Amino acid sequence: MSTDTQSRHALSQHLKRLEAESIGIIREVAAEFRNPVMLYSIGKDSGVMLHLAIKAFYPSKPPFPLLHIDTGWKFRDMIRHRDWVAQRYGVKLLVYTNPEGVARGINPITSGSQLHTQVMKTEALKQALDKWEFDAAFGGARRDEEKSRAKERIFSFRSAGHVWDPRNQRPELWNLYNTRIAKGETIRVFPLSNWTELDIWQYTRAEEIPVVPLYFAAPRPVVERNGLLVMRDDDRMPLEPGEAEQVRMVRFRSLGCYPLSAAIESQATSLDEIIEEMLIARTSERSGRLIDSDEAASMEKKKREGYF
Amino acid sequence: MTAYAHDQVAVSSGGRGGPEKGLLRFLTCGSVDDGKSTLIGRLLYDTKLILEDQLAALERDSRKHGTTGEDIDFALLVDGLEAEREQGITIDVAYRFFSTPRRAFIVADTPGHEQYTRNMATGASNSHAAVILIDARKGVLTQTRRHSYICSLLGIRHVVLAVNKIDLVDFSGERFHHIVGDYLGFAQALSFSAITPIPVSARYGDNVTIRSERMRWYEGPTLIEHLEDLDATEGLEGKPFRFPVQWVNRPNLDFRGFSGTVASGVVRPGDRVVVAASGRDTKVARIVTADGDLPEARAGDAVTLTLADEVDVARGDMIAEPQARPEVVDQFAAQVLWMIEEPMLPGRSYLMRIGTKYVPARVTSLKHKTDVNTLEHMAAKTLGLNEIGLCNLSTATPVAFDPYAENRETGAFVLIDRFTNATAGAGMITFGLRRATNIHRQALLVDKAARTRLNGHGPAVLWFTGLSGSGKSTIANIVERELHAHGAHTYMLDGDNVRHGLNRDLGFTDADRVENIRRVGEVARLFVDAGAIVLCSFISPFRAERRMVRELVSEGEFIEIHVDTPLEICKQRDPKGLYARALEGKIKNFTGIDSPYEAPESAEVVVHTGEGSAEDAAQRIIEALKERHIIG
Ligand SMILES: Nc1nc2c(ncn2[C@@H]2O[C@H](COP(=O)(O)OP(=O)(O)OP(=O)(O)O)[C@@H](O)[C@H]2O)c(=O)[nH]1
Ligand SMILES: [Mg+2]
Repeated sequence: MSTDTQSRHALSQHLKRLEAESIGIIREVAAEFRNPVMLYSIGKDSGVMLHLAIKAFYPSKPPFPLLHIDTGWKFRDMIRHRDWVAQRYGVKLLVYTNPEGVARGINPITSGSQLHTQVMKTEALKQALDKWEFDAAFGGARRDEEKSRAKERIFSFRSAGHVWDPRNQRPELWNLYNTRIAKGETIRVFPLSNWTELDIWQYTRAEEIPVVPLYFAAPRPVVERNGLLVMRDDDRMPLEPGEAEQVRMVRFRSLGCYPLSAAIESQATSLDEIIEEMLIARTSERSGRLIDSDEAASMEKKKREGYF
Repeated sequence: MTAYAHDQVAVSSGGRGGPEKGLLRFLTCGSVDDGKSTLIGRLLYDTKLILEDQLAALERDSRKHGTTGEDIDFALLVDGLEAEREQGITIDVAYRFFSTPRRAFIVADTPGHEQYTRNMATGASNSHAAVILIDARKGVLTQTRRHSYICSLLGIRHVVLAVNKIDLVDFSGERFHHIVGDYLGFAQALSFSAITPIPVSARYGDNVTIRSERMRWYEGPTLIEHLEDLDATEGLEGKPFRFPVQWVNRPNLDFRGFSGTVASGVVRPGDRVVVAASGRDTKVARIVTADGDLPEARAGDAVTLTLADEVDVARGDMIAEPQARPEVVDQFAAQVLWMIEEPMLPGRSYLMRIGTKYVPARVTSLKHKTDVNTLEHMAAKTLGLNEIGLCNLSTATPVAFDPYAENRETGAFVLIDRFTNATAGAGMITFGLRRATNIHRQALLVDKAARTRLNGHGPAVLWFTGLSGSGKSTIANIVERELHAHGAHTYMLDGDNVRHGLNRDLGFTDADRVENIRRVGEVARLFVDAGAIVLCSFISPFRAERRMVRELVSEGEFIEIHVDTPLEICKQRDPKGLYARALEGKIKNFTGIDSPYEAPESAEVVVHTGEGSAEDAAQRIIEALKERHIIG
């Protein structure tokens, strides 16, 4: 697995504060909820969140399982990484795929990104939460990612049916989180709310947290589509007329379903280089996410419907 | 217009935390449309935090929703909810991050509308400093005062008075000084330690990150310079050691640790500590973390402590320094900000969250509420949405705290509605009313168990609830007759009778209804203690109060009987002619007419008098008491 070859960096005061705040949030959930779960999406944020959970309960193990919502279209490297991580940390991993979506043949290529996301991510997530009766679910979302996320509480209440009502959020004063819910209601918890993308990478480097190799630049087969570079991870993604696969030196800033995640051209092969590159980047990490620009205010809409 | 180039940002030392000053958390607040969101947007833009794709989106958005004509509407960078963009207002707090080479910031952009005051308080509770905006054309408004007062109550000591839209008053120094004078006059009475006035134009950037060429009369710092220099540390490390236990860490029989975050002070292995509530003392053995044991832990550190002795410690306890202990009391005074539509009612039971502990709590009296305009105290019976008042509270068990003014980490609490679970109130403790440890209850030689043995039956509260005219008293009377025939000791408390004596001073407002039931509950408890079966017939329309009485007695002693007669039948019966008068508007607050009845969700017994006779209903209740072995 790819870890930084450099020696461990000491944590800055700033990262220490962020770490402590997140650990406090994670412990709070374990103490107050009957049946919590940690959403694990395999990306860099999930990596940090899992690492924090391990630290939070040491010498005990985290008293909750991981849950991966598998759309069936993740990069193969991601799935390998996921299974390896679960084993390495000795945590229980649950994997869930929406069976109805599979039966209906929903996919990101012919169904469109919107329907695919709706059925294979949002619906799947709600089904999984209901199936195992989880009352609290951790997500790795950060407030700096997107403007509707900047509005969300750390303990974010969901009424029965997993609906988020952004106009009527519970006030959240000090660190006195209101963890009370009635049957059928749930809480989404965001321990990384106050982290930025830069914090995530610097912490990953300092703590030597393993990440999916796709974050590092390497020669990879890509096609150019609508001005974005898409990697063909398997042959389920047909080439359109006039398209040709070419090998380029690329990496990913954000990972999701492979046909929906655009690569960037890059020479960054280490965490140091990733961080350096980030500092001069002039576009945001989500610009490579094909699902976000589907429509204005799309993230808020998806979140109201139950998306993380 | 760019003050800081992105590649200048100091990151080698670890991100937003620049080398000079620690992270600053601040909020923007003030009245509607004063330009709070625009100012934050401007700060993000000028510090180069807006990337190309975001800028392109902002330009698109500005054309669609913007309030600034052809120009970019910076407020759209922070007003992230659809409803906010459509209406051009802020509804909920947004948290944004930005940094300069000298400092990292977390800013909470809060809404100006009075309706969303609770969201402003949310943003203020974690801030060290406040930027209070004033529209230069409008001057100091009610919301300016309200937000200032809330900032002051929540312990914010550093305030920037940003007199905004100065471009719209011709960059007038005179206007600026006039507003500043006004504000300082008002703010004198608040507990701010520093107020720094700065004339700005959020829209055009004057004195935000760039010194304005158009206000040569102003010689002070720009907003960003001032925020970079501000020293707003709370000095938590210098305060006595406080450690609210969050989670008991017990991986195996050989390890028992207490996980939590140090609220204040410093602790080292070998230090003597006490468990605040029990007074048990011991020593810290180790400070355990995943990175190895630590030689010390400071305020803000999330660690796991192990103790030298096997003492009883659980989540909700506070571990503290023995020479400077927190107060441990079950009654204290606090400023309370009310945050839900339904008013705060003295006497009603709420759930209090303080530190890592949940405890049932009641407001025993509302001393006064504060007029945010004049800061004058006014007599009041309840607190409505967004109102602030000084209350006395009592908790079911003693809690450990420090006054909020001394320690923001251990002096704050929230109140939660026990039925909706809504976060209903935010409180800041001013002082303890008496030491719980000093009031010992009179120890009794003959106790409830002894009386029960002699009586030959168990004690109970039979609580009849239902609409006026539903048949509560009729059925209760028959039940009492039957119980008496069984040789049981009984007593009847009836709504009408109690209101003639004990509760003569109470009316029928919501607040008085709550107090009525509270007193009846306490009397019922005394009878239960005496070993009697006490029958109570009260409309008792609110779940919260019935639950309060239930909690006064032991498990199994409270038998809730819902006399479930449809409103239509009660109206027809109308034995006292009350419905007729209520319908004519001659009686106010009549349950079922213009005051709600909250039906029980899980009463022990439900009787439908529309279907059977009162005798049948009484028989069912007697059966229920036999099943529960209250009578033989
Ligand atoms: N001319 C001028 N207009 C300004 C200035 N600052 C803000 N505005 C305008 O004032 C209007 C309201 O600005 P907002 O930033 O939305 O105000 P707000 O205080 O955040 O409002 P709420 O959050 O809803 O209370 C917008 O049309 C802004 O463009 C300024 O310095 N000069
Ligand atoms: Mg605003």
